[in-house]
Amino acid sequence: MSTTSLLLLALCLAFVSFIFGRQKAYAVARAHGGTRALHSLPGHYGLMVGLWCALPALAIIIGWKIFEGPIVSSLLDSSIPQAIHDKGDKAVELYKNEINNLAASGKISEESDAAKVGAANRLNSVRSYSAIALMIFSLAVAVIGAALAYRKIKTDTQARPIVEGIVRFFLVASASIAILTTVGILFSVLFESARFFQQVSIVEFVTGTKWSPQTAIRADQAGSSGSFGAIPLFLGTLLISLIAMLVAVPFGLMSAIYLAEYASPRTRAIVKPLLEILAGIPTVVYGFFAALTVAPLIRKLGESIGLSVSSESALAAGMVMGIMIIPFVSSLSDDVITAVPQAMRDGSSGLGATKSETVRKVVFPAALPGIVGGVLLAASRAIGETMIVVMAAGLAANLTINPLEAVTTVTVQIVTLLTGDQEFDSAKTLAAFALGLMLFITTLILNVIALHVVRKYREQYD
Amino acid sequence: MTEQTTQKPQADKPASAPKKDTTALVRATLARRYAAEKRFRIYGIVAIAASLSFLAVLLVSIFIKGWPAFTHTFVKLNVTLDADTLDIGPNPSSAELRAANFASVIKKSMREKFPDVKKRKEKKALYSLISTGGEYQLHDMIKADPSLVGKTIDVWLPADDELAAVIKSGADLSKPENIVTRMNEQQLGFAKILKEAGDTKTGFNKTFFTAGDSREPEQAGIRAALVGSALTLLVTFLLSFPIAVAAAIYLEEFAPQNRWTDLVEVNINNLAAVPSIVFGLLGLAVFINYFHLPRSAPIVGGIVLSLMTLPTIIIASRAALKAVPPSIREAGRGLGASDQQVVWHHVLPLAMPGILTGTIIGLAQALGETAPLLMIGMVAFIVDIPGGFTDAATVLPVQVFLWADSPERGFVEKTSAAIMVLLAFLILMNAVAVLLRKKFERRW
Repeated sequence: MSTTSLLLLALCLAFVSFIFGRQKAYAVARAHGGTRALHSLPGHYGLMVGLWCALPALAIIIGWKIFEGPIVSSLLDSSIPQAIHDKGDKAVELYKNEINNLAASGKISEESDAAKVGAANRLNSVRSYSAIALMIFSLAVAVIGAALAYRKIKTDTQARPIVEGIVRFFLVASASIAILTTVGILFSVLFESARFFQQVSIVEFVTGTKWSPQTAIRADQAGSSGSFGAIPLFLGTLLISLIAMLVAVPFGLMSAIYLAEYASPRTRAIVKPLLEILAGIPTVVYGFFAALTVAPLIRKLGESIGLSVSSESALAAGMVMGIMIIPFVSSLSDDVITAVPQAMRDGSSGLGATKSETVRKVVFPAALPGIVGGVLLAASRAIGETMIVVMAAGLAANLTINPLEAVTTVTVQIVTLLTGDQEFDSAKTLAAFALGLMLFITTLILNVIALHVVRKYREQYD
Repeated sequence: MTEQTTQKPQADKPASAPKKDTTALVRATLARRYAAEKRFRIYGIVAIAASLSFLAVLLVSIFIKGWPAFTHTFVKLNVTLDADTLDIGPNPSSAELRAANFASVIKKSMREKFPDVKKRKEKKALYSLISTGGEYQLHDMIKADPSLVGKTIDVWLPADDELAAVIKSGADLSKPENIVTRMNEQQLGFAKILKEAGDTKTGFNKTFFTAGDSREPEQAGIRAALVGSALTLLVTFLLSFPIAVAAAIYLEEFAPQNRWTDLVEVNINNLAAVPSIVFGLLGLAVFINYFHLPRSAPIVGGIVLSLMTLPTIIIASRAALKAVPPSIREAGRGLGASDQQVVWHHVLPLAMPGILTGTIIGLAQALGETAPLLMIGMVAFIVDIPGGFTDAATVLPVQVFLWADSPERGFVEKTSAAIMVLLAFLILMNAVAVLLRKKFERRW
């Protein structure tokens, strides 16, 4: 029986026990003169029985599935002949894979090694025993749990507090998943980065100016030992993000000012959602647009005035990224501008200032901290943006700040290092995690500062 | 400001300085200030107009490029399905049928259509006008109706990608020098003859919606990617919706004011701004390398995307819960409901429209996401339609990425068309969200 059907069966059992529990609660109530005699509602008794049925069984199924793999694997290990162990870990791995494949396909050809066939058969029988044992064990626990809870149904059983306690535990657990995710991200990038920094010194990584992550496939291969100086990537990321911000900030800010201060409510109601469409378009679409429409256009324009422009110029990727970020800047700035108290505008108008003077000299300075926060958030988005640069920026790490040349970014390198088949332990793939760590830290710092600034600013006018 | 006050002599001004009245001063600069005001307004309008025209250019350019992909050109051929040329016996088994030589049938009928073609090179140019998809079509036809063997029938077979592009563009075939194509002059000549004889027609491209990926642009479709997207999104929904709602209920209704709650809240806000590719790294390191879940599978993609969309849904759900007025809760408690009964019976149903709106917006975000899925290997070349959560699959945005990378010219229109389908789904989801909000939003 597959795990899915086992889970479904357990859930069905839980539902049946819910019905039985509720029935018994009604019966108990009738004996004592109506449901008022019960401590909790009949449904709570049903839920209690259902939860007692489902939860232990689910815990067993999940625990079993987590530990089954490693235990079976170690059993397999012990059955591998010593001769193969002597050949090293790779040979053991290969041998295990062969047995696994043999066990999965069930095809036993004549040339198969008898020892391997035996191991594969044992593997299959261990697995089927494990599945049967799991089924019997978990279903037995489900029935026993339900029966125990069923017997406990009396007028004074505190079913509601029990059920609510369990539900509350789940609510807390769900809220804690956010923390688990952060911890998971941190550990996964930190752990792999640490392994990377054992092979490549952290100083070389942060200060080196040459990035060519090709490591030798064979130990005796000449030349390509790989160099991991990430400065060109950082510079490329900065350059493209800077271009993006140069596009996004003026357009976004002026749109926000116009919408908040000048536009009629009707215009605002139409234009604001239209601008927000820009933020809803998938980034892969922007990437396609940048690579196929904008980059050739810039190239042609450049050539017509005698400039040589790379077909993967930083300018194209940065500009399109800037367009994508316009709505972030505009909606965040819009929020802070509208939060500036009307009294400040009235005071300025009362002194004879024109509307634009009020905006420039009163509203803008008052909203500045919030706007800066918004711009920082937008910058962190630009730095972490992946698809546009993967599709429109270059792969080669050039150390340049010329926006007409091709540069590469941190995110592009993460994608190129990790897509395709390669060994997971090579410095090349681990480097991607080190870059991910840098990216995570940078964006985290930007976000924390931005959120702090925005929150401070909100408190000021509340 | 009145005339009198400004005309009063001012003691602190040196007597030698010419008296300047403020009104005059203001008047003198007024024209400049009004001009500045006008300019400022215009900047604002220009900024908005520019942003909106970027949007228009983006959409229009994709629409123009992608529209032709929804149609395809077919060529009418008179094919003789005789068993000898097909190399099959009388009641062919399906394996035999698969191995049958449909190519030679098509080639033969083309030779009959153009009897003048004799040279090897010319023949080759001629044969390449029909897509290999034609062979599959004949196979399917015979499989559906074995009695066709031995008959001569007229069939419309899909044209090769380059031929289709030329016919669809409506170019004047009598002036081959004006046509940008990879076809040679001879092929253009064949095309002209076919078109003038009325043997070409352009119709709806069903293949695009029924096929998986292919190396040949005219046979490539988005079905596999659509199914992959649906499976991935289903996992995302099943995981993120209950967890996000539970988290929002806890934080909004039950959480005590303490450090742990603060930490959770700060975490959620930060996760909302973590680059999506970092979630991909998490998925790769934890789910694939540690838990050994299958690569390229919708289940892993769904888990990663649900972690990514959780903050969005939690934040929206909290806002929806917060909008339910306290009087509802107090009334519930007054009638003897427990805290949880108040939430499950009263607050949550009232907040549901807002929560669903946030969920749909979060899922729309997940549908358009590409980068984290690249990390967990959903970039494979998927021909078969995935049948389950652990099959290798790809999703629509990744398919767009893969096709965009392809050097074949025919894939440009496929890419744009796939983008149009993707955008159509996003528009649909957002429209549902807006409708939900409009219909059920309550102002208290």
